Amino acid sequence: MNTIIKVSHLSKQFKELRAVDDLSFTVQEGDVYGFLGQNGAGKSTTIRMLLTLIAPSSGTIELFGYNLYTHRKEILQQVGAVIERPDLYKYLTAFECLSIFATMSGLKFTKTQLMEQLELVGLSARANSKVRTYSQGMKQRLGLAVALVHNPQLIVLDEPTNGLDPQGIADMRNLILMLSRERKKTILVSSHLLSEVEQIANRMLIIDKGKKLVEGSVNELFHPDDTIVLLETTDKTLAEKTISQSDYAGALVQIDASGLELKMSRDAVPAFNRFLVEHKIEVKGITARHTLEDYFLKITSANQHVEAYKN
Amino acid sequence: MWKLIKIEVFKIFKKPRTYIAFIAVWAIVSLIQIAIYADGQKYMDFVLKDVKDNFLVIGDPLNGYFVCFVILQTLLIHVPLLVALISADMIAGEANMGTLRLIVTKPQSRTKLLLSKFIASSVYVLMLLLWIAVIGLFLSMGIFGTDGLINAKSSEIILINANDIFWRYLLAFAFAALALITVAALGFFFSIFAENSIGPIVATMSVIIVFTILSTLEIPLFEKIKQFFFTTHMIAWKGFFEMKENADGESIPGTIRNLPAVLRSAGVLAAHTVFFVGASIFIFKRKDVLS
Amino acid sequence: MSHRFYILRTSYCVLFTSFLLLLTSAASAQLPALELVKKVKAKLDKVNDYVATGKMKTDVVFIKAPISNIKAYYKKPNKFQVKRDGGISLLPKGGVSVNISSLLLTEEYTAIDAGNGTVDNQQVRIIKLLPLNENSDVVLTTMYIDEKALLIRKANTTTKDNGTYEMQMSFGKYADWGLPDKVVFSFNTKDYKLPKGITLEYDDGSKKAELPKNKKGRVEITYSSYVINKGVSDEQMK
Repeated sequence: MNTIIKVSHLSKQFKELRAVDDLSFTVQEGDVYGFLGQNGAGKSTTIRMLLTLIAPSSGTIELFGYNLYTHRKEILQQVGAVIERPDLYKYLTAFECLSIFATMSGLKFTKTQLMEQLELVGLSARANSKVRTYSQGMKQRLGLAVALVHNPQLIVLDEPTNGLDPQGIADMRNLILMLSRERKKTILVSSHLLSEVEQIANRMLIIDKGKKLVEGSVNELFHPDDTIVLLETTDKTLAEKTISQSDYAGALVQIDASGLELKMSRDAVPAFNRFLVEHKIEVKGITARHTLEDYFLKITSANQHVEAYKN
Repeated sequence: MWKLIKIEVFKIFKKPRTYIAFIAVWAIVSLIQIAIYADGQKYMDFVLKDVKDNFLVIGDPLNGYFVCFVILQTLLIHVPLLVALISADMIAGEANMGTLRLIVTKPQSRTKLLLSKFIASSVYVLMLLLWIAVIGLFLSMGIFGTDGLINAKSSEIILINANDIFWRYLLAFAFAALALITVAALGFFFSIFAENSIGPIVATMSVIIVFTILSTLEIPLFEKIKQFFFTTHMIAWKGFFEMKENADGESIPGTIRNLPAVLRSAGVLAAHTVFFVGASIFIFKRKDVLS
Repeated sequence: MSHRFYILRTSYCVLFTSFLLLLTSAASAQLPALELVKKVKAKLDKVNDYVATGKMKTDVVFIKAPISNIKAYYKKPNKFQVKRDGGISLLPKGGVSVNISSLLLTEEYTAIDAGNGTVDNQQVRIIKLLPLNENSDVVLTTMYIDEKALLIRKANTTTKDNGTYEMQMSFGKYADWGLPDKVVFSFNTKDYKLPKGITLEYDDGSKKAELPKNKKGRVEITYSSYVINKGVSDEQMK
C-alpha cells in the first residue's frame, strides 16, 4: 500500500499562537481519513499547509512520496480540494467557473467532459446559471466538481458539509463513499460532524490545540458497534439491582444523577428494551448515544485536564 | 502562462464593475465635448486672455485635437481611480470571494499567477485607453474637425501644425498607457495585503493625490525628491507637444523639444512598475493565504 | 571788339548756366507731402485685388510657432484676410491690416512733411499722416516713402486700441504694383502668464531661461507670389 500523505513533525507558529505543534501522521492509498478536532484545533491550518496555502514553520510534508515544496506542481496536479465554503465567482456561470479551474489544473477539457463533472454533482441542469443564484448546497457541490474535474488521486475536503441541509449532507456522504469505493480515491476529510465521519472514515486522527491526540484505524480506536445506552427510570435502585443480577451486569458502566449508563452493541438494544419491560422497570427515557462523539469528547476533555494539570 | 492571462482577462471583462470605467469615461468625455461645443470660445478666451487683446487667432483653435488635449488633461486625473478599481481588486477581490485559496492550490506557481493577473489588468488599461482614444480623439476629430493645436503653457504658447499632431497623440497615448500601468501596479501591490478591495483602492488614490500635490507644490524641500515620485512623471506625455527651435527661434515641425527627458520619465515609470510588481510577487510568494 | 565778345560770351554762359540750374532745381523740387501721398495711393489703386502666397514667421518671445504657409487675400478698398494652411497662427491685431493700402484708400487724412531719412540704404521722405476722422482707430501714421519709386518702405502706426506697430517693406518683382516681397511687422507685446495649476505642466528638469519682458514682437511675411486683379470671391474673404 502506498503512502499518499506523510507529515513529519509539522509545526506552524503564528506570532504568539502555535497553531500546529509537532504533528505527524500518514494517510495510505485508498483511505478515507477523518481529521477531527474542535474549532481552532489546527485542522484547517494543517490542511492549508498540505495545499501550500500556508508555509510550515518546521517539519516536512510528503505527498505521493515527494517533498511537497520541491515537487509542488506535479503533486498539486494530483490533488483536489474543497476548503471551507467555496463561494467561487458569483458573476460567472457554473460552467465558466468549472472551465476556469479545469484549465488552471494544467489539463485540456472538452465541453462534454466538463458537463459530465457537473452531472456527477447534480448541477448539469443549472450549468449556465450564475453562481450568485445558487444555494449554499449547490455552491458546495460546485466546489466539489472543481476539486474533482482533473481526476485527482488525493481529495482533501475541509468541512465539506458546512451549510448543507440533511439531504445535502447525505448526498455528500454518498458521493465520498462512491469516490472511495468505486474510483479508489484517497480522501482526507476534516469535519466536526462526527456522525458523518464515523460513517465514511476508515482511519482518523484527533487533533487538539495543534497536537495529535490519537491516530489510527477507526475500528482499533473504538468499536463503532459500541453504543452508550442512557436509562432514566422511576426507580433507579430497582433498576440497578435488576441489571446487576442479569446478563447485562457487565454492560453497566456507571450510575449517576441522570440515570444508568450501559454499553452494548447497537443490535442488543431492542433485547435490552424487552428485558426492562419484562422486569417491570418503568422507563422514563432510554437513549442510545453515538460512541465516536463520546470517544471524541472523552479524548479531548482528557487532554484539557492534562493541559490544566501541566499549567 | 498565456492561458492564465486569458482566464484573468476573461474574469475582468465578465465583472460588471469593469464597465463602470468605460461608462464613466464616456460620460466625462461627452460632457467635455458638449461644453466645448456650446461654450468653447469662453474657455479659449480664458486661455488666451493675455494674448487676445493684442492678437487675432487665425485658424480654428477649437478643433478635435484641442478637445482631445483637454480631455487627456482632465481624464488623466480621473482615470487612475478607474484603473485602481480593477487592479486593486485583483488579489483582494479573490480573497474576499474565497477563490484565492482555490487558485493558489492549483499547479501554477504563485509568480505566474500574479504575473498573469498583472498582465490582465494591463490589458484592461490598454482597452480603456483605446476607448479614450476612440471617443476622445477620433470622435472629437469627427465632431470638431482638425486644425493646428494651441498648447498654452504657463509662460509660453506653442502652436503646432495640423499635419504635425496625430503622431504626437499616438506617442502620448502610448505614454499614458505606461503611466496608467504604473498606477495599476501600485493598486496591485496594495491588493495583496487586503481581503477587501476598498482599502487598496483608497490607498492607491491617496498615494496619487498626495504625491501629485507634493509634485505641484514649489517648496524647496520637495524640489529634490519629487523627481523620484512617479506622479511627477505621469504628465510627461505633454512633452510630445513641444518642439525644438532652430537658431532663429523658429519651432521645427516633426521634432520633440526634450525627448531624453520624456524617455527618462518613461524609465522612472517603468522602474516603479517593475518595483511594485516585483515587490508584490516577492511578498505574495511568502504570504500565508488565510482567506 | 574782343572786349565786347568777351562780355557777350560770359553773359551767354551765365544765362545758360542759370537756365540749367533752373531746370535742375525744377527737376529736384520735392513734391508737397499730400501730393506725394496721393501719388503713392494712385499707384496702389491699380490693385483691385490679389491673392498672395507666402510664409509667415512669428518672432514673439512667448509664442513658439513653426514657419507657416499663408495666403493673403485683398480686395479693394479695405478687405484683407490672412489664411493659414493646416494650423493656427497668432497675428497681432494691428496686423489685420498688414496691408498699408487700406489706410491710404479708406481714410481722409492730413499729410505733414517730416523731412528725409533712409530705410535700407534708400532715401525716403518722412510723411506724417493724421486721420481727419476722430473715430478712426489710427492716431498717427509716419510713412517713409521712396519718392522715386513711389513705394512705402516703412510705416509706423499708433492706434487707439491696438498699440503701436511698425511695418517695414522690401520690394522686388512686384514693386510696380507697390506690393512688397517681404513685410516685417514689429509691435509691443504684453507679458504672458497662465497659472501652473491650470496648465498642469510637465517639468522636464531643464533650466528654463527667464523670458525677457517687454520685448518687441515681430511677424515676418515673405510673399513668394501675387495673383493680381484676377478676382477674389467673398467666400475667400471669409
